[in-house]
Amino acid sequence: MTDLPDGVAYRRFDGERRLATRGPPVYGEPTASDWRLWDAGRSKLGATLAAGLDTGLTGGDRVLYLGAASGTTVSHVADFAGPTYAVEFAPRPVRDLVDVAAERPRLFPLLADARRPETYAHVVESGLDAVVQDVATRGQAEVALRNRRFLAPDGRLVLAVKARSEDVTAAPEDAFDEVLARLRDGYEVLATERLAPRHDAHLAVVARPD
Amino acid sequence: MADDSGEPGWYEGVDPDDAGRVRTQIEEGTTDEPRDWPGLAVESGFTADEDDYYDRLHEATTAATREAAREAGRADDQQLKHSIRAMDDADRLANELAERAVEWGESLFDGVPGGLDGARALADRDPATPAAERAVSLAAEATRLAAEATALRAHVERTAPAVAPNLAEMAGPVLAARLIALAGGLEPLAKKPSGTVQVLGAEDALFAHLDGRAPSPKHGVIFAHEAVRGTRPEDRGSAARALAGKLAIAARVDHYSGERRPSVHEDLRERLATIRARADDEGAGGGG
Ligand SMILES: C[S@@+](CC[C@H](N)C(=O)[O-])C[C@H]1O[C@@H](n2cnc3c(N)ncnc32)[C@H](O)[C@@H]1O
Repeated sequence: MTDLPDGVAYRRFDGERRLATRGPPVYGEPTASDWRLWDAGRSKLGATLAAGLDTGLTGGDRVLYLGAASGTTVSHVADFAGPTYAVEFAPRPVRDLVDVAAERPRLFPLLADARRPETYAHVVESGLDAVVQDVATRGQAEVALRNRRFLAPDGRLVLAVKARSEDVTAAPEDAFDEVLARLRDGYEVLATERLAPRHDAHLAVVARPD
Repeated sequence: MADDSGEPGWYEGVDPDDAGRVRTQIEEGTTDEPRDWPGLAVESGFTADEDDYYDRLHEATTAATREAAREAGRADDQQLKHSIRAMDDADRLANELAERAVEWGESLFDGVPGGLDGARALADRDPATPAAERAVSLAAEATRLAAEATALRAHVERTAPAVAPNLAEMAGPVLAARLIALAGGLEPLAKKPSGTVQVLGAEDALFAHLDGRAPSPKHGVIFAHEAVRGTRPEDRGSAARALAGKLAIAARVDHYSGERRPSVHEDLRERLATIRARADDEGAGGGG
């Protein structure tokens, strides 16, 4: 079992030990003193940490988060990380994301397409500790490769691959293999882990720029 | 090699209190390579220290992104309808005028290529006679119109995903805009049965069919979609039906909820894969 990042801990909620971070509540999640529950069933990064994968995140990290949606997971990231850039391209969820960011002074929301990093590279700084990606669209490896430019040489890509987004008809294993093969054009893959049963047909990947 | 000036960050040359300008820079700025913006901003005197930089960045990104998301929410289907119609008109007129100018130009100059390229080449010639002056000027007009068509296309591509995210993802922004325009708006499109969506843009063929003069059309403008065009002719009817069904659902999701719904896209990929597998099977079974 690897260490969780500083600022992420197991706390008791209703007698059960669950993942949690400290920050203003966002989506009606249970709280215990100043901790709020991070539901690994609703968050692929939460499930990745709960699975014990070494993400390289230590707490206080500088992070680029791709596919932030309405901010459920990225709110927890901003709780334990340092400056956190959140990219999402659908306007509806971004309205909620902005509300989440308003309460977190180091969370920076951006309405942008993760396939076009040149449209936010003038805002997002270089040399980041981590790129966290959960876009669930076709071409997930391509998105990771294009956003490699933001990472420090020893930074980490923490990716959730959704098999069905690549090819609904192929076996998940084949879809994962294809994504991993493409990913290796720019990354060294350090660890992978299936996220079932919490997230069916999802693969967590930790990688480093190569 | 990036020299010392490099490409500018979002804060370059803006007065931090000029919210409008800050928003434009955040939204419309582009740079290929990220840099150490916090460090550079402090160095250049934009802010006193890194903390102060992040405070300003937070203020700028939340304000800009809130506005951008709100505006995208207001993006309306009627504007999109005008844009795509204007784009098609500009395209068609540019080509017509280019053809006319080239035909005229060929009688006056040597070596004028055809089409819009010809018009572009012609526009650079030196006219020696009053007639040549008119032909060259007409060619320049066609060239300008073609540039306007390109700008309109870029505008459609940028706005369609905000108006109809699922439809734009499934059909591509231009075809999505065309379907919306043909139906008269997103709401009317959302209320059309999929059989109608399938033949939108093929009204002439449809009326001919109703008069008993022709077979019923299998597809309208959705023929431009890879799912139809890229399928072997005998399966195009099924592909068009499958695509139209999912496009109709995408339009309904966009109109009634506005959220991106991954399952619709997955369903379509699944249906198309089944149709294509049929061709593969028969190909294998038929022994070539
Ligand atoms: C599975 S959801 C993310 C959920 C979120 N990470 C969480 O755990 O709270 C995937 C999100 O990625 C977004 N997305 C898909 N493609 C994208 C792209 N090219 N650029 C930015 N966002 C994208 C979708 O709009 C959607 O909100």
